[in-house]
Amino acid sequence: MEVKTVDIKPVAGIVSEYSDDYDSNLIAILQQSQDEYGYLPKSVLKEISRLTEVPLTRIFGVVTFYSQFTLIPRGKHAIKICNGTACHVRGVDEVKESVKEHLNVVEGETTADYQFTLETVACIGTCFLAPVMMVDDRYFGKLTTDSVTDIVKEYSN
Amino acid sequence: MLKRLKSHDDLIAMRKSGDKKIKQEKVKVSICMTGCRALGAQEVYEEFSKQIKKQKLQDKVEVVETGCQGLCARAPVMTIDPPGAPSIFYGRVTVDIVPDVISKTILQGEVIKKLCYAEAGKKIPYMKDIPFYNRQNKVVLRNCGVVDPNSIEQYIERKGYDAFAKALFEFDPERIISEITSSGIRGRGGAGFPTGLKWGFCRKAKGDIKYLICNADEGDPGAFMDRAILEGDPHAVIEGMLIAARAIGSEKGYVYVRAEYPIAVNHLRNAIAQARRLNLLGNNILGSGFNFDLEIKMGAGAFVCGEETALIASIEGKRGMPRPRPPFPANSGLWGKPTNINNVETLANIPVIIAEGADWYRQLGTKNGSGTKIFALAGKVKNTGLVEVPMGTTLREIVFDIGGGVPGRSGFKAAQMGGPSGGCVPEEHLDLPIDYESVQAVGAIMGSGGLIVMDNDTSMVDISRYFMEFVQEESCGKCVPCRVGTRKMLDILIRITKGEGVRRDVEDLKEMANVTQSASLCGLGQTAPNPVLSTIRYFMNEYEALIK
Ligand SMILES: Cc1cc2nc3c(=O)[nH]c(=O)nc-3n(C[C@H](O)[C@H](O)[C@H](O)COP(=O)(O)O)c2cc1C
Ligand code: SF4
Ligand code: FES
Ligand code: FES
Repeated sequence: MEVKTVDIKPVAGIVSEYSDDYDSNLIAILQQSQDEYGYLPKSVLKEISRLTEVPLTRIFGVVTFYSQFTLIPRGKHAIKICNGTACHVRGVDEVKESVKEHLNVVEGETTADYQFTLETVACIGTCFLAPVMMVDDRYFGKLTTDSVTDIVKEYSN
Repeated sequence: MLKRLKSHDDLIAMRKSGDKKIKQEKVKVSICMTGCRALGAQEVYEEFSKQIKKQKLQDKVEVVETGCQGLCARAPVMTIDPPGAPSIFYGRVTVDIVPDVISKTILQGEVIKKLCYAEAGKKIPYMKDIPFYNRQNKVVLRNCGVVDPNSIEQYIERKGYDAFAKALFEFDPERIISEITSSGIRGRGGAGFPTGLKWGFCRKAKGDIKYLICNADEGDPGAFMDRAILEGDPHAVIEGMLIAARAIGSEKGYVYVRAEYPIAVNHLRNAIAQARRLNLLGNNILGSGFNFDLEIKMGAGAFVCGEETALIASIEGKRGMPRPRPPFPANSGLWGKPTNINNVETLANIPVIIAEGADWYRQLGTKNGSGTKIFALAGKVKNTGLVEVPMGTTLREIVFDIGGGVPGRSGFKAAQMGGPSGGCVPEEHLDLPIDYESVQAVGAIMGSGGLIVMDNDTSMVDISRYFMEFVQEESCGKCVPCRVGTRKMLDILIRITKGEGVRRDVEDLKEMANVTQSASLCGLGQTAPNPVLSTIRYFMNEYEALIK
């Protein structure tokens, strides 16, 4: 994916929304950039640094600290399987195995067709329907090894 | 059509204009459109709205999108309120059954049995008869699941922003603080620090600018109280913040919400926009000369950012690492200015205390903890969901009477309270009245309110390993005792769960636990060993069985 050169033009638009205080809005700028590109390409980080005058080392420090940020391209859809206590107790491991097998990836990986990235998170506040996951911004509850692959299949189309 | 409120009288007039609507003779159908979306609530709602329109029932039926109604285990959930008759509770509602709900229940008052909550084989159609509901005392959750969280009108109709108006026009800041202090409320975010005292520190701190922060990071796995409040009644949090801001003398607030809560962020954003339009946020609020505005900051996936100094660093746009205290945020917080941080649930309590008075509030609960506490009931329990009870309620009442007990044959083993900083409460302590001190005395903590029930099929050593893995991954690495201590304890626990443990492992665990507790910089490291210690305390036999 990196082969294609990244168009850094949108960065200026994102950055300009935070012109009152670049420094304290760095995380928001990075979040919005990641929304735009799906990940944080190096050229984008450099452009952010150039426009905001926030040193690149500081930007890298923030990007590597927060687990939300990624420096490598991700799939079109983010699957976040909950690994929280309630889901753990309610057998999320089997559900996770089922997805891993179906997509042929391990946690943190992206499918070869860049459709999905599989992540685990510690609780998404839907413990009452454990085991649960999110696909992008949608929650799914009471997952079984079958229902989870059905949901993923629907997103494949 | 929201019109700017120029005075307290305008607010009162707006509420009164709503009184008429409340008396309307419509059947109210409330559909949970937050957590229940994970099991298809959206589709049910759309079908309902479509049918109501198609059958031209708009004059007879009012469909309301609400937040969590509590009994989330039965998702998707709805309540039907016919005028002058008791509320009917339905769960596991599907799109297919919607026509029946309309033709039978709404038009003819007939109950559909298969949608009803059942206990001991008996169907219980009315909410007032369901133990899950009639044993609770909804104070903070009074609006949650009842009002449309995206409607400031509905909040105001139910006396919303009245407490704030009282704090603004009738109380001076000192009086607000003394009311909060004498209510006895303690922080609901985990540490249980007296809220009035905290506000007093910040009020007294010297500084031209003061900040107010609402901690909505809710990182404890197994907790969803704050999510439910923000999604179901966001105005209660805004009102609590307004009162806090007036008390400490702040004009600028932040709500720090975790990234995994998109619905909460959306509802809060709407609520802030509506409050601004009504002149309940912004400059010269209700013509009083008081200014306050709010901004949402999104977390980026770091558990440690729930810790107050790390959270402040994160709002400043930095790596979210804790720093030593003192100085406390009350004196030097956000950008070095005096800052007050409270948890979502703490803030949602504030309007009730101001409205009803400290004396009223104090009589709910115990000497060590006044008011109510919301618990997020999850794990191996029948009625997973959101439960609000007065402090001093026993664990047995919560897990068995309200929670409906443990499904299957395995039976209750322990309740995990306080997440990765907490511990397990075994069966022998089920009759313990829960408050801050009592829970601590048995080796757990009240924490933020996550309560995960474990049955006899759950391995406590595995749970102990699970939490250690969590804190090890989330340790920010700034100090050695936490970074190294959690790693070493995790290694031992992994070994034990694999059946490769050796005799002295438990002693080593205890020793490392001591060091990590006493030498770590922040609460994460200081409390990280708690789950291990508590499982060793009550379930040593399970460790022994694995080590042999
Ligand atoms: C590692 C760690 C994580 C925390 N996470 C949260 C959290 O998610 N939400 C919260 O309200 N408090 C959290 N706290 C407690 C806060 O530091 C702080 O005490 C609290 O927000 C104060 O609000 P209160 O007085 O209203 O409880 C955390 C503390 C630690 C040490
Ligand atoms: S105790 Fe752990 S989380 Fe807290 S500052 Fe030290 S290393 Fe970071
Ligand atoms: S533990 Fe999985 S959603 Fe909370
Ligand atoms: S989330 Fe729908 S009832 Fe709790």
